[in-house]
Amino acid sequence: MGVLYRAHVLVCGGAGCVSSGCRAVQEALKSELAKQGLDKEIKVVETGCMGSCDLGPVMVVYPEGVFYRKVRPEDARDIVQEHLLKGRPVERLLYHTSQREIIQQMEDIDFFAKQRKVVLRNCGIIDPEDITEYIARDGYEALARVLTEMTPEEVIDVVKKSGLRGRGGAGFPTGLKWEFCAKATGRPKYVVCNADEGDPGAFMDRSVLEGDPHSVIEAMAIAGRAIGSNQGFVYVRAEYPLAIQRLKHAIAQAYDYGLLGKDIFGTGFDFDLEIRVGAGAFVCGEETALLASIEGKRGMPRPRPPFPANEGLWGKPTLINNVETYANIPPIILNGWEWFAGIGTEKSKGTKVFALAGKIANTGLVEVPMGTTLREIVYDIGGGILGGKKFKAAQTGGPSGGCIPAEHLDTPMEYDTLVKLGAMMGSGGLIVMDEGTCMVDIAKFFLQFTQDESCGKCIPCREGTRAMLDILTRITEGRGREGDIELLEHLGTTIKDTALCGLGQTAPNPVLSTIRYFRHEYEAHIREKRCPAGVCAALVHYEILQDKCKRCGLCRRSCPVDAIEETTEAELVAAGVGAAGADMQAAGASQGAISQPASSPKRKPLFINQERCIKCGVCMRECRFQAINRC
Amino acid sequence: MRSLAELEQLKRHAQKELGVRGIGGYCRATFIVHMGTDGIAAGAREVLLAILDELKRLGIHDCRVTQTDVTGFGMKPPVVDVVTPGHRVETYTGVSPEGVRKIVAESLVESRVAAV
Amino acid sequence: MAKVKLTIDGREIEAEQGSTVLEAARQAGIDIPTLCYHPAVGPSGACRVCVVEVERAKTLVASCVYPVAEGLVVKTNSARVRNARKTVVELLISTHPQDCLCCDRNGRCELQALANRLGIRTERFRAQKPQREPDASSVSIYRDQNKCVLCGRCVTMCRDIQGVGAISFAYRGQRTLISPSFEHGVGEVECVNCGQCTKVCPVGAIVEKDETGAVWDALDNPGLTVVVQVAPAVRAALGEEFGMAPGTSVTGKLVRALHMLGFDAVFDTQFSADLTIMEEGHEFLSRLKSGGKLPLLTSCSPGWIKYCETFHPEFLDNISTCKSPQQMMGAVIKSYYAKAKGLKPENIFSVSVMPCTAKKYEARRPEMRASGVQDVDAVLTTRELAKMIRMAGIDFANLEDDDFDSPLGESSGAGTIFGVTGGVMEAALRSVYEIVTKKPLADLEFTQVRGFEGVREAEIAMGSTRVKVAIVHGLGNAGRFLAGLRPGDSPYHFVEVMACPGGCIMGGGQPLSLEQDVAEKRASVLYQEDRNKAVRKSHENIAVRRLYDEFLGKPGSELAHKLLHTTYGERARARVEEARRQAVIGAAGA
Ligand SMILES: Cc1cc2nc3c(=O)[nH]c(=O)nc-3n(C[C@H](O)[C@H](O)[C@H](O)COP(=O)(O)O)c2cc1C
Ligand code: SF4
Ligand code: SF4
Ligand code: SF4
Ligand code: FES
Repeated sequence: MGVLYRAHVLVCGGAGCVSSGCRAVQEALKSELAKQGLDKEIKVVETGCMGSCDLGPVMVVYPEGVFYRKVRPEDARDIVQEHLLKGRPVERLLYHTSQREIIQQMEDIDFFAKQRKVVLRNCGIIDPEDITEYIARDGYEALARVLTEMTPEEVIDVVKKSGLRGRGGAGFPTGLKWEFCAKATGRPKYVVCNADEGDPGAFMDRSVLEGDPHSVIEAMAIAGRAIGSNQGFVYVRAEYPLAIQRLKHAIAQAYDYGLLGKDIFGTGFDFDLEIRVGAGAFVCGEETALLASIEGKRGMPRPRPPFPANEGLWGKPTLINNVETYANIPPIILNGWEWFAGIGTEKSKGTKVFALAGKIANTGLVEVPMGTTLREIVYDIGGGILGGKKFKAAQTGGPSGGCIPAEHLDTPMEYDTLVKLGAMMGSGGLIVMDEGTCMVDIAKFFLQFTQDESCGKCIPCREGTRAMLDILTRITEGRGREGDIELLEHLGTTIKDTALCGLGQTAPNPVLSTIRYFRHEYEAHIREKRCPAGVCAALVHYEILQDKCKRCGLCRRSCPVDAIEETTEAELVAAGVGAAGADMQAAGASQGAISQPASSPKRKPLFINQERCIKCGVCMRECRFQAINRC
Repeated sequence: MRSLAELEQLKRHAQKELGVRGIGGYCRATFIVHMGTDGIAAGAREVLLAILDELKRLGIHDCRVTQTDVTGFGMKPPVVDVVTPGHRVETYTGVSPEGVRKIVAESLVESRVAAV
Repeated sequence: MAKVKLTIDGREIEAEQGSTVLEAARQAGIDIPTLCYHPAVGPSGACRVCVVEVERAKTLVASCVYPVAEGLVVKTNSARVRNARKTVVELLISTHPQDCLCCDRNGRCELQALANRLGIRTERFRAQKPQREPDASSVSIYRDQNKCVLCGRCVTMCRDIQGVGAISFAYRGQRTLISPSFEHGVGEVECVNCGQCTKVCPVGAIVEKDETGAVWDALDNPGLTVVVQVAPAVRAALGEEFGMAPGTSVTGKLVRALHMLGFDAVFDTQFSADLTIMEEGHEFLSRLKSGGKLPLLTSCSPGWIKYCETFHPEFLDNISTCKSPQQMMGAVIKSYYAKAKGLKPENIFSVSVMPCTAKKYEARRPEMRASGVQDVDAVLTTRELAKMIRMAGIDFANLEDDDFDSPLGESSGAGTIFGVTGGVMEAALRSVYEIVTKKPLADLEFTQVRGFEGVREAEIAMGSTRVKVAIVHGLGNAGRFLAGLRPGDSPYHFVEVMACPGGCIMGGGQPLSLEQDVAEKRASVLYQEDRNKAVRKSHENIAVRRLYDEFLGKPGSELAHKLLHTTYGERARARVEEARRQAVIGAAGA
């Protein structure tokens, strides 16, 4: 120590940025700094995720706080020579708003400015592999206070009063759960962290583990003290190698500093922490399946009661909380429950991290106070819909959740409101859909996921999701029948009512909620054999607009299955391919002389034989006169 | 880790490191060295290094050293701006590495005054 | 036990704290349908057929796992419940094969009964599942996964009760199936052929390997002398297959039926049970005298033998070298009997009727060819014999009694009780006691070794020696028992082990019933027959004595060794092997 670095370059090392190449950027930066003799004055730090993954690799140069995005290794030279040496920020790497405005400072960018970071307070700011940086940010102070100044009852009381609810999906009051575990009589007790994060598209837990692993370690030790446990397990999915590596490193450091292990802070409190790597099945995130998996058994849920708080790991009382839930604990202890309870809404306190994805300008992780409206998230933080299209709906809660249509854009994002709308908070996945999304198709997509991931134990989930999927498939393929919507509703409610675990109990949600808000789309598929969004391939037709067609024949030559045929206008009318087509053709026939291109007076009109057409769309791409329509 | 005090000590130490990122709160002074082409030609880089050396010699961690490329017209390079709490800006022109010690000393005294 | 009061369907009911809603309801005469629940394996909450409505619960709950509580208000027959159950079963049968008419369990299938009971008359969700080849790799059991309803009963039975874990759940979602590790055939893994899984399967997905065809063929073949032996436990249960009450002895009818089916001679495995006692008793006494390996572990249960070879090879030297009664009889038929009748062993087709599926496997062990050819040619389970009797149109319940044929049809009461847990030990003690003390036993009934506790022990004074014995049944119990035992150093002298919980009367080939009261009724049949026998000690069986005098010489003689004793060998555990192989492949790939 003792060396004062005049600047720190924080390179995002979240898995998103790693996959977009931040490691190479980091290397290039370091070698350029060495070349310029600046490596003694400027420090390069790899941090956890900064949240703006679609801009990656991203970096921030301190002390100025200049934010660079989409940095490539070739840019290292300019960043060093221009910015770090001469103080000229490299403009082409700065963030541009949709209005082409250039923004230098991270905190001035809407995406960051409108967030409130509690859980992600350290992510992207500290080096997750250096425990002292966590300590500099008040790390382990909460644990110290809990151990030296508070009784376990006081700790539980603070958590209860804070109003914190589980971030793993169901939103169960955390303090209450801690209290159940504390009161349970079995010994020993265990503390488990659920970092399975199987919800596709969600990555908040991964980001916390990658960017701020100590916050979870500290919280688990606090939980251990509160409920009377000396052993913790973090269950991480194998698909998160970086998170596992950072967590391992952090645990080792915590042991080195005496923050884990025996006699922590000289208080006689011991706490050990181990990592268990899961095979990565979605259902293993369900708490009883997760516990079975830790015990080395097949990850299959079992009925509750008994609840893990009374009979968990090896039949002993076990506290199981989500990563994000734990990450809230140290600040609650340090700042007091009043502080935490002051954020959010009446029944949903604190903040929530969402993983923004889909047809939205800014994707990535955002943390906002509970109760922030969907509109604020989508438009103010997310920058609105891509390509200026219209917002159609947002899916919250991933495959267990439901969709929220445009008319509910002003819904505050909080547990109970979402449930009322037929959606749910889930782990915080937020997928934004625009007008080009077919809601039947989306429902099918999610159901396909849950039916693949069903553990196979109980009949309603295993067979019921399949039966629903069969029905959805036939609807999207144009074989839907009258009564299918009602059958879906019947199956959906029965599955919710009978399935063993949360997976099955929530699997029908995407279908039920899309039926609730977009029933007309289902009806269009079934009755009119039409996909209003033009997504369902089987329901899409290509047709030639006779008034625009120049009869050049390019489409005809490009069609791989010779579905485009020449015909006489009379034949065309007689063939009557679909009402729309016939109208068009009728119009074409009557105005034939006018629209007949002079260049090819003798060529006959072309039309698409719908029975042959395989809907590949080549003709439409080839046509130079936009004379082919998809509908 | 044996006590809260030990943790506090570790924390204070660590925070000095992170002052650059605005972590740990207080910043006594920011030295902005003008590093335009003419600045560098006039020895701005040596001045910058001298500031770093001086801060290190004094064991002072709660200061920032940054650079900028603008140099006001008619100012004799190298130029150093010192920003102290309360956004007071002091501009020094024609700075030489040797003059750095005085600037640092003045600024820190200033800032102490300003901070009160 | 504390009691709680709850309301089921408007009736106030008292139930024991800790019991389930299902139990409470059934006690009150309300029969909630179930599928995955089986009393022998306990509840798992998997099928959701037993759902009921509980006031204030968010969803329906599975009554088989839901604990009763004070003030609980339950509805078992609301529209919501009926609709849910029906839909669940409709979903289940939507991918079930529709070949009920050709199924082994046709007419006795729990799924058929359930569908009928819930009034399912249309198929709303029919879908095709990719069909899988049935698993015919085992000589004892046959698995048709297409019929499997994934209730998990077999898995629990095999893993938790038998401690074997040969089969488990694999894959997820629609691909979920019950399978041995790495989708091997069940005959290629550590399955010990006990057949307990076949007894819990509610449908025809795991059944015994059918050998009736081979037996019919033999009976139709004029060139073969077809003889049959019948194990004691068969007579205690066969009647159940014909609607007779559990606990009805059908020995005479059974012999008559076998004669009617065309068997040339009907022998009694109880004869060779007596023979086993002669050999095993001799072996025990000589180990006791010469300081041989103790405790001596019994060897009549082939499932147990395979289990020990696979999971506890360190105890192989403790197992008696005596063959099981089936194999002793097989060897005697194709040597002694063949000689007496002037028949060549290869012209005899030797059938046994057993309560056991593991005997099918035992008969095919390479060691079991003392006569030069396979000693026992076909093994029928009690259930298969019932099928043959039905097929032949025999009105079993109304048959006249008949007697076993001589010379291998005579038996003592000791041979009879072989069929129940503790019986082998009791039979052995009756003979060993008299041989050691040279005094007649005052009371033949060693009640200390009777009963159904998983592990029982007793100490019997024999003159100056105190013999410490233990009785273990069910392989899970056996595993736990052995784990607490060190091969060279144990308090016990003699231990009886039976693979099946309850012993042979509850064997894997017996009529499907695992209820405790049925076990007790079947046991009572054997104890009653014992009491009715003129001869109740193996060493007093005249026919056995004659066999020694005319043919074998003395117990433990050279010929006796050749025909009646066998050897064991350690068996690789498929899973371990496979894991090793995979590791090697993995390492090579990396
Ligand atoms: C199918 C399924 C998947 C789940 N996956 C996760 C998960 O990946 N992470 C998680 O924390 N909780 C998951 N849960 C919720 C857990 O069962 C449990 O409620 C949670 O870990 C409790 O922690 P909390 O109270 O802090 O939310 C899942 C639940 C279900 C039914
Ligand atoms: S609801 Fe689905 S995942 Fe849950 S136990 Fe049933 S089959 Fe398994
Ligand atoms: S026969 Fe016995 S060991 Fe084999 S699978 Fe069935 S229960 Fe398991
Ligand atoms: S094989 Fe039979 S007992 Fe086993 S899971 Fe399938 S249906 Fe159930
Ligand atoms: S019998 Fe209760 S869930 Fe299957």
